[in-house]
Amino acid sequence: MSFDPAITLFSCHYTSQQSCAEEGSELEKLGFPESIKLVRVPCTGKLQITTLLDAFEEGADGVYVVGCPEDGCHNVKGSARAAKRVTAVRDALVELGVEAGRVEMYHLPRGLHPEFVAKGKEMDSRIRDLGPSPFNG
Amino acid sequence: MIVAERKPMAEIVEMVKDCKKVLVLACRGCVTVCSAGGEREAEIIASLIRLGVKKEGKKIKTTVASLVRQCDREYIDEIDQWQGEFDAVVSTACGVGVNFISNLRKDTMVYPALNTTFFGGSAEQGEWMEQCAGCGDCVLHLTGGLCPVARCAKSLMNGPCGGSVGGKCEINKDVECIWQSIHDRLSSFDRSAQMEVIAPIRDWSTAGHGGPRKIVREDLTV
Repeated sequence: MSFDPAITLFSCHYTSQQSCAEEGSELEKLGFPESIKLVRVPCTGKLQITTLLDAFEEGADGVYVVGCPEDGCHNVKGSARAAKRVTAVRDALVELGVEAGRVEMYHLPRGLHPEFVAKGKEMDSRIRDLGPSPFNG
Repeated sequence: MIVAERKPMAEIVEMVKDCKKVLVLACRGCVTVCSAGGEREAEIIASLIRLGVKKEGKKIKTTVASLVRQCDREYIDEIDQWQGEFDAVVSTACGVGVNFISNLRKDTMVYPALNTTFFGGSAEQGEWMEQCAGCGDCVLHLTGGLCPVARCAKSLMNGPCGGSVGGKCEINKDVECIWQSIHDRLSSFDRSAQMEVIAPIRDWSTAGHGGPRKIVREDLTV
């Protein structure tokens, strides 16, 4: 069954700073999926488990986080902390009988790098395959 | 501190699936320190309850609150302020808290969100280790301050056993043989002769084998 997913992306300021250039039109030109709502945060280490869960409660079919490379985080351990919180959410989803793949963590270079768009497409494709979130009825 | 960990969410959701509204009640005592049942964890558990119940096609309202402790009568009384806002309490305290609420609130159904595990300490960030079994007859003065009841897999009073190899326990190579450590520690204080003193057969009635334990301090009662 085809559907238009709602995906929430939390990305750190440094990884996504170029992504907002020209009010996001540059991303659009590069084919960044329209299904993804980008939320910029000062550092992904700031994200709490509840922040990610709130996104699911608000109707997201998938949630992912993009932070600095693990060995190159601007705030030293911010993206590593985010990865652990993503893992905690993934484990909780599995406990509730929901697919682990609905939440993901990516460590990407700063700025508008091809991988930023590629991972967006990857997540869009994955969530389309998984279908609507079981939390959305 | 009392160390605990969250129950699997499917188990918690099963408990509350027929409730319309629950009070997720955190404890600011031990379970806050071990990051299992403090305010932050209660918010997470509440969110997961809402999601889990929603997945079953139902709705549930959650109220998140916390008490200073759930192991004192005076704090339990504070639950009255949320009267009418819940069908049941989901306690993120240790088992003591769940019992205390059940003892004192005859009309309130209480569910445990945690599995209470042991008395322990934080060995590393995010890592807790059992240190005490609460056996009621402490022998730490004889064992260099290291507990054989809690930290020996067999709770031996005269160790080590034949399964001790290279300072490790036979149950797992990552587990310290506490009797080796007791020997090493006593030796460092020139007290290794203590190892040759045979501990007598132990009376375990103080360890709960004689039923629930109780302490009454007449100097404190009113």
